[in-house]
Amino acid sequence: MNVLSGKSVYKGIVMGPVVVLKKDDCQVKRTKIEDAEAEIARIASAIEKSKEQLQALYEKALGEVGETSAMIFEVHQMMLEDEDYLDAVYNIIRTEKTNAEYAVAVTGDNFAEMFAGMDDDYMKARAADIKDISNRLIRNLAGYESVDFANMEPSIIIADDLTPSETVQMDKSKILAFATVHGSTNSHTAILARMMNIPALIGVPMDLEQVKSGMTAIVDGFEGTVTLEPSEEIRAVTEAKIKEEEEKKNLLLELKGKENVTLDGKSIDIFANIGSVGDIGYVLENDAGGIGLFRSEFLYLGRDTFPTEEEQFQAYKQVLQTMAGKKVVIRTLDIGADKQVDYFGLEKEENPALGYRAIRICLKQPDIFRTQLRALLRAAVYGNLSIMYPMITSTEEVVQIYKIVDEVEEELANEEIPFKIPEQGIMVETPAAVMISDELAQMVDFFSIGTNDLTQYTLAIDRQNEKLDDFYNPHHKAILRMIKMVVDNAHKAGKWAGICGELGADLDLTEEFVRMGVDELSVAPSMVLKVRKNVREMTAEI
Amino acid sequence: MKTFNYVIKDEIGIHARPAGLLAKEVKAFESKVTISKGGKSAEAKKLMMLMGLGVKCGDEVTVTVEGADEDAAFEAVKKFFENNL
Repeated sequence: MNVLSGKSVYKGIVMGPVVVLKKDDCQVKRTKIEDAEAEIARIASAIEKSKEQLQALYEKALGEVGETSAMIFEVHQMMLEDEDYLDAVYNIIRTEKTNAEYAVAVTGDNFAEMFAGMDDDYMKARAADIKDISNRLIRNLAGYESVDFANMEPSIIIADDLTPSETVQMDKSKILAFATVHGSTNSHTAILARMMNIPALIGVPMDLEQVKSGMTAIVDGFEGTVTLEPSEEIRAVTEAKIKEEEEKKNLLLELKGKENVTLDGKSIDIFANIGSVGDIGYVLENDAGGIGLFRSEFLYLGRDTFPTEEEQFQAYKQVLQTMAGKKVVIRTLDIGADKQVDYFGLEKEENPALGYRAIRICLKQPDIFRTQLRALLRAAVYGNLSIMYPMITSTEEVVQIYKIVDEVEEELANEEIPFKIPEQGIMVETPAAVMISDELAQMVDFFSIGTNDLTQYTLAIDRQNEKLDDFYNPHHKAILRMIKMVVDNAHKAGKWAGICGELGADLDLTEEFVRMGVDELSVAPSMVLKVRKNVREMTAEI
Repeated sequence: MKTFNYVIKDEIGIHARPAGLLAKEVKAFESKVTISKGGKSAEAKKLMMLMGLGVKCGDEVTVTVEGADEDAAFEAVKKFFENNL
């Protein structure tokens, strides 16, 4: 038995099998080799192994989803036999005397590029297949075990750290808990864990060479511990704890359907933050009054090309229809900084958080923005939509945004496509926006305070730097005063103001926020009922 | 050398699966089988190149078969197109 401590980002306790997640696109290094034929022989055995895996996937898919969907695994096997692909790989190994992993990575990129450049959507999508088979080969060459989510039983995910695109691709119904070696309390793993209502620990000093998939582990978010291969005694104690938690959770569920109103009659909206259409289930399950932040960038992550207007329209429409008239605040693209996407072709920046991101990309590359706005305006017909623009620092930016919205509106009108201009507001997440919130309030319909970025910009603390966790005081007076200022300025102009950052779910602050007059708190779905409980037990007047 | 022209009827054209099956089919023969469309051509046994032609529904392709066993290969390939594409 081995007990390790880490920092808990979501409280809860589970016991189950471990799946160790090694980096999918494992770092490929270029190394010089002496014996080219020996490298080529390694490839031959990696291809055999890959084909066996694909055959198993094919058979499984055939039984579960039918032949049409299973075919892709058959095609992948055929691609692995492609002469040009293999010749290109062998050629690099022989002429450049490099390792097999490198040769496969380069060839994969070249072929993927060829398909990505074709003018046919079906063929474009094949670029992903080439990357997929190349990654599979590289994993097999390097001896990495890949995680097969389709076959996995509900498990505890253990990894070094997780990127947003990795977490997006996971089948969330199969995850019991997360434990990572790195990551900060504000990392995506942490945010995802809170959203999904599952225990998560970060900064756990695990040796990933020692932890093996299939081991049994306990992740205890209350104690902040991971226990590997627990003893019988500990297992029994844990089972009792899990049962007790279950009962507490049920008690909380009794709050479903109740109003968010204080003992002295003041009410507040409690909405949910979500990152994909699939998360709506969590929103409804937890009885949120609406969606206060729908992070649209998840439509852009985990893929190789821009989502089309139609794809976006369908996704937004689905959310709006499912929410049936409840408010849905969709934030326009917030890519850049810690969320990178290859096909945007963004340059590496010294200071990504202070760099080319969010609305800045949208205003500089208006075509990307227009596509999203067209999809949003069209979807607005189907429900109660609000559009929210991120990373605003000036009134000029809002003017520019409105100009583009006007143009899109005219286009749609000319094309006789049904649309609606919804409520439009901004994220207040820069100190600049806070300071001019009186002027901004005249221009927009609402404010939503993004406390994560606002805190990092105000306290000059990098969210991704785990060394700074000790300096990161989310309750800093500067932040609370800023929130008060924004709320007051919104109310003076007759507008509403909410909080959609992590701070909104901070149960120690619920009382203060209600008293400040915050109109809406948008929190992870799993926090909705907890915040409701707090509201119902407090008085607004002191 | 034997050739035939064929108009693709499959709604997504020469996509991954038929291309893969065709590649398998022609490997059984010695003859060289070439598919050409609008000045570009690819050997049928080379899956990725073949897909790279981007042949769509309604496109006319020319199939050329050349080699010792071209008669048998021609029949097999022609039948393959008629059944799969």
